[in-house]
Amino acid sequence: MSTLENTDTSAKSAVKRPKRGVPEGLWLRCDGCGATVFRKQVEQNLNVCPECEHHFYVPTSMRIRQLLDPDSFEEWYAEMSSGDPLGFADRKPYKERIIDEQKKTGMKDACTVGRGYMRGRPLVFATTDSAFIMGSMGSVVGEKLTRAVEKATELSLPLIIVSGSGGGARMHEGIISLMQMGKVSAALARFRRANGLFISVLTNPTMGGVAASFASLGDIIVAEPQALVGFAGPRVVQATCKIDLPEGFQTSEFLLKHGFVDRIIHRSEMRSELARLIDYGSR
Amino acid sequence: MAANSLNSLQAASMDGVNLGVLTAGMVVFMAVLHQLSFEKPLYELEERLLKLESQPDPSPAEKESMRRMRVELTQMTRERYSNLDPWQTVQVSRHPDRPQTPDYLELVFDEFVELHGDKAFGDDRALITGFARLAGRKVMFVGHQKGRNLKERTECCYGCAHPEGYRKAMQKMEMASRFGLPIICLIDTPGAYPGIGAEERGQAYNIAVNLRDMSTLEVPIICVVIGEGGSGGALGIGMGDHVAVLEFAYYSVISPEGCAGILWKSSRHADKAARALRFTSKDLVELGVVDEVVPEPLGGAHRDHFKMATTLKSRLIESLQGLESLSSAQLLERRYQRYRRIGVFHENGPV
Repeated sequence: MSTLENTDTSAKSAVKRPKRGVPEGLWLRCDGCGATVFRKQVEQNLNVCPECEHHFYVPTSMRIRQLLDPDSFEEWYAEMSSGDPLGFADRKPYKERIIDEQKKTGMKDACTVGRGYMRGRPLVFATTDSAFIMGSMGSVVGEKLTRAVEKATELSLPLIIVSGSGGGARMHEGIISLMQMGKVSAALARFRRANGLFISVLTNPTMGGVAASFASLGDIIVAEPQALVGFAGPRVVQATCKIDLPEGFQTSEFLLKHGFVDRIIHRSEMRSELARLIDYGSR
Repeated sequence: MAANSLNSLQAASMDGVNLGVLTAGMVVFMAVLHQLSFEKPLYELEERLLKLESQPDPSPAEKESMRRMRVELTQMTRERYSNLDPWQTVQVSRHPDRPQTPDYLELVFDEFVELHGDKAFGDDRALITGFARLAGRKVMFVGHQKGRNLKERTECCYGCAHPEGYRKAMQKMEMASRFGLPIICLIDTPGAYPGIGAEERGQAYNIAVNLRDMSTLEVPIICVVIGEGGSGGALGIGMGDHVAVLEFAYYSVISPEGCAGILWKSSRHADKAARALRFTSKDLVELGVVDEVVPEPLGGAHRDHFKMATTLKSRLIESLQGLESLSSAQLLERRYQRYRRIGVFHENGPV
């Protein structure tokens, strides 16, 4: 069985988003190699550029279809949406921003959790989606992930979290967001003590408070090729060090070289590789 | 002067600000220097009073006017400091004369036996760790160090720890857990260091491990934000049973300059970001994120190190006493729930 079979109808939600991901139109320009490629061809290729293997953004619904067995995903806590603990407003009130983001993405917040099957193996599965306020972690992301971890502990199931969070902890919920890092990490400590298997999948981008909490706590950490992964944003690092950043700084390959990633896995191999890893981590 | 401007530069650079913006932040900070701008009338009055006091043989009228000036000075200080806006609070928390970790080690603890090194890469000077005695009790001490002069500040990266610092802290805390020593963490950092080396050596990974593993330590952990509580760099030694902040400290998900740079497109709006982020001691208690505000001496901790240390010491002893009666299982459950309950969300549908 190939993972390709799951991609037929799945790219539709990707084209709704105007800036990131796969733009509308018959042709699109690859961010990786600059080549103009046929959009249909990219979609059929799991949103990977056929010329250079650049991994485009994948929306959550498509990610689920790519990784889990057809119709096996049962979503939990789907209706959870964020409050506004600070009464935050920058150029737009946070409450409005949430509603706008919900309309734009069709999601309630950046995180989706639930249970499903991967090549017949039951598991708890979660994602963060960079389309929703950069996939940043506020109360909803923190709460959903914590519950997912607790459920995985209770049900003795393996856990896979696919991270796509450029925003780290969400500024709009201030210190409450920072505390979510602690909350999820503490839940993962209990899961670990119960000998649960956690595989963290890093996708472009995984930064800041997300990288500095659950995304780095996998028993096994795998990454898609060329994903941006790190603590501080490259611009901030550049401004601090005042020297040119090394080539490939903060990419999956950089992390692999420095020992912080176990494997880099091409999207087309991800499902079978993850299934294989689960078998090693199950008793 | 140079050290000070660099300090602000460091602080401003924490989260997503470009160089052009940094320069603007630098100017603001240089202007305030040791005398914060809103404190100007206080210093003027103080100077006038000093002049009078230094005169030999004051007349009764002069004595009376000195007395009045002292009363006025106290009232003015109280009034200014009870109405600080969030951005002014940040300035107080970064005041160069504010007591820092080494000051508290001197004034609060009877002994400090520093334990260096992470046994893997190096000895981060931005985080100091070791055995200490607090009113006869043996404890493990962990604290950020910012440095007082340019040399120290450079050595300590202005209080911005590297991965090896977090690793060192975790190793010492893990040891403390095995030996039954309570842990005291003093937090004072603009944020974890955002550099090439820090990324190469796993800044995100090491902070994450600390969050996870601090939640499993079987001894009481008391964390106090004594100045700046900068994001993940603060939380990396901040997963405690009892979390306190000093009155004019702040604890935030992002520096006000960083937040302004991203959301208002310029760090010149740091004051707006400071208001929006709600990170002052009062806000933090209201939001249920900290357990206690430790009051500062009149006019801020930088005016009276000794008094600040005395207050902190008694609060530390008190919180420790409260936690000592708990079994390790109770402690762990309580700590888990302390973080578990934080979050504001709605849930409409059935689960």
